[in-house]
Amino acid sequence: MKWVTCAALLGLMSVAQSAHADEKLTVYSYRQAFLVEPILKRFTEETGIGVNVVFAKDGIAERIAREGRLSPADLVLTSDFSRLVELVDKDLTSAVKSEKLNSNIPAQYRDPEGQWYALTMRVRNIYTAKDRLGPQAIRYEELADPKYKGKICTRSGKHPYNIALVASMIAHHGEADTKTWLQGVKTNLARKPQGNDRGQVQAVKEGLCDIAIGNSYYYGNMLQDPEQKSWAEAVVINFPNQTDRGAHVNVSGMVLTRHAPNKDNAIKLMEFLSGDVAQKAYAEVNMEYPVKTDVAPSTLVASWGEFKSDQLPIFKLAEYHQAAVKLLDEVQFDL
Amino acid sequence: MILGLARSWSLTGYAIAVLLVLPLFALLLQAAQPDEAVFGHLLSTVLPTYIANSLWLILWVSIGSLLLALPCAWLMARCEFIGRRYLQWALLLPLAMPAYIVAYVYTDLFDYAGPVQRSLRALFGWSSPQDYFFPDIRTLGGAACVLSLVLFPYIYLLARTAFMEQSLSLAHASRIMGCSPWQSFWRLSLPMARPALAVGVALVAMETAADFATVNYFAVPTLTTAVYDTWLGYGNLTAAAKLSAIILLVVFSLIGMERFARRKQQLFQKQSRIQASDLYRLSPVQTLLALGYCITLLVLAFVLPSGILLSYAIDYFEQSWDPIFWQLSVNSLSLALITSLVCCAVALILMFIRRVSPRSSDALPSRLASTGYALPGTVLAIGVLVPLTLLDFAINDIADWLRMTGPGLLLTGSTAALVFAFCVRFVAIAIGSVETSYKRISPSLDMVSLTLGQSPRRLLQRVHLPLLTKGLFAGALLVFIESMKELPAALLLRPIGFENLATHVFQFVSDEKLEHGALPAIVIVLVGLVPLIYLNRSLEQDSR
Repeated sequence: MKWVTCAALLGLMSVAQSAHADEKLTVYSYRQAFLVEPILKRFTEETGIGVNVVFAKDGIAERIAREGRLSPADLVLTSDFSRLVELVDKDLTSAVKSEKLNSNIPAQYRDPEGQWYALTMRVRNIYTAKDRLGPQAIRYEELADPKYKGKICTRSGKHPYNIALVASMIAHHGEADTKTWLQGVKTNLARKPQGNDRGQVQAVKEGLCDIAIGNSYYYGNMLQDPEQKSWAEAVVINFPNQTDRGAHVNVSGMVLTRHAPNKDNAIKLMEFLSGDVAQKAYAEVNMEYPVKTDVAPSTLVASWGEFKSDQLPIFKLAEYHQAAVKLLDEVQFDL
Repeated sequence: MILGLARSWSLTGYAIAVLLVLPLFALLLQAAQPDEAVFGHLLSTVLPTYIANSLWLILWVSIGSLLLALPCAWLMARCEFIGRRYLQWALLLPLAMPAYIVAYVYTDLFDYAGPVQRSLRALFGWSSPQDYFFPDIRTLGGAACVLSLVLFPYIYLLARTAFMEQSLSLAHASRIMGCSPWQSFWRLSLPMARPALAVGVALVAMETAADFATVNYFAVPTLTTAVYDTWLGYGNLTAAAKLSAIILLVVFSLIGMERFARRKQQLFQKQSRIQASDLYRLSPVQTLLALGYCITLLVLAFVLPSGILLSYAIDYFEQSWDPIFWQLSVNSLSLALITSLVCCAVALILMFIRRVSPRSSDALPSRLASTGYALPGTVLAIGVLVPLTLLDFAINDIADWLRMTGPGLLLTGSTAALVFAFCVRFVAIAIGSVETSYKRISPSLDMVSLTLGQSPRRLLQRVHLPLLTKGLFAGALLVFIESMKELPAALLLRPIGFENLATHVFQFVSDEKLEHGALPAIVIVLVGLVPLIYLNRSLEQDSR
């Protein structure tokens, strides 16, 4: 029986290594840990407050809801707007009132009540093959144009970035027209939606398709990756709809959780993330557009030129989120 | 049989069994809740496609693995040719390969940008995908091929044994009565092997139904991926539980079919063993064909993928060989170790009770505990999380009531949930292994021990345990391997921020850069090879 006891003890030990509460902040992040870790390290150096960041691709809101008042999470970092709103809708956030946050982040990029704050902006660009199409004054609407039949590559329609784009289409054109548009885009696809945004650019390079939909910062990141540089060099980055409403913009952001164990320190971290140091790091390291107006984008990003962005209030994206998901299911976009 | 076996043994048995079937009931309860119409929406849009995909995949993989396995099994069981001794165990190697790794490697090879299509384009001067037709690997068909390649050894193993155990006099009789060798195979050997084939196909079908990683990577939406998306994407646990219930329906009907096929198994008791002299000697041409077939299969299913994996690992050794790799290995190994120890302990207790108890009802706990094997990882995760979360809150409520600081998420926030889930899923393996070993221990030993005045506990400790060591070890080993490989349950139940080899490798696979994660992938494959060495030994003994 001795080793049975041993087994039981081992089992208990595995339990015991669970989260014992300490003074460190816990950040649940939809963004990959390596993107935010350098910034958080600076925060720890400045304030002495340790930060434990854990990355999960999906299910953070679901997890926090389940963990309830026992959740160790203080802060959630998201990579798009719908996830911010999902957290607010599920009543998992607490309102933050901070002069610093309000002065750093322009009003259209934060919740009036302070439930969520945006940190960076990203454009949903349309990439075209440099040698086959060249720069195009393209509009999202044209993605459904039969002249591009078999030429478009995209990731899953159900990815938050694409859902937000569809939501913006619904906001501008209504559900019925958006459905027709989605059907058109689907018939134009060169292959079933798959992979990530970088994979689409790679597919253009390989000649599988001529048009790829992807976020702006991937272009910058790929140019700096020795392996992927040639992919990025095979495409042109286009800012869509410059002749009318402007390019669709999404935001990454943060919320303070409802049951955050270390609220005060968490707010300090939020203020730090909206400040000059962190905003500059977001711009330089990950090639995103900072929300803080006096922080300039990186030189590389600036070299893509000024562009007009869609002035649709960002909460509209959340409003049409469910409708967008439904339409994507109805046209069986991914199937 | 111990007439006076204390009730406390039975109670312990039932308590363990109830704990282990708890997830199944929790899942069904959850599925019975109303769910804000998400399920209805899915049903009216994409669900029919998901269900159809799942069923087609199960059908194609079953047929595919059957077709791959049958010739090998027959050749190995009834024929003699050069290299047979090596091939008979080498054909088991694909079992060590996680299907999603094979899927990744083949996608790399056969994708538009892969070497195969590139050289075809260079050869024929094609320049765009419109110029020629090439089957897309990221489809249902591609997934079926990949899964068949890694799952066919299950059928091969069972069919081979069945062919070996068939009475040779029947085969002789059929030949004397004028059947050609082919007729004898179709009309006699194959029908007689049917129960074994049914078991093999059912196993393959269940593994297919549980597969998450391959179909996820190929973007083929099936019920398992739908459970994942509905839970984490829609954030609706109840709708996910409803989908899980559909999967369970599929799995349990597969088990039902298997039971149905096996119902007359007694008829097939072996009478005489096939001797080496009975084997059919292949002619040189036949040998060439046989070798060609088996070797091609082996190369496609194991040699090629592991070779490519190895070359990735060498190219990216610098990046992979870091402290994180060690941390991941430690996480995987300790998780697997704890799981296999707990499973063995549980199996031992349950089987001991079943063996010595005079009450026939005491066989029930071990049967109940074995049902967990039928739950695919995604489904199991829901079933585990629901009751453990309740328990976590209860623990903290009690702590509050006692005015103590609560321990936080003691179960769901730690690896405890993972260990529990793995035990539910894999205890059946340990139970099976202990059961087989127990059959070899003569009941007279029990009687002697009791006559000499030993208590049941001493009987277990001093008589059974030493005799069961081998069976326990084999069981522990199998549970260990399965725990190393199990992906969906680990993905869904791990404490946030916890990674093991399987979740780490899968992350790289879904980011389309397995090259960087090849080293941990190789560790999973290598560990998976260990039980095959054991299987090989028992095969060798069989053929002697």
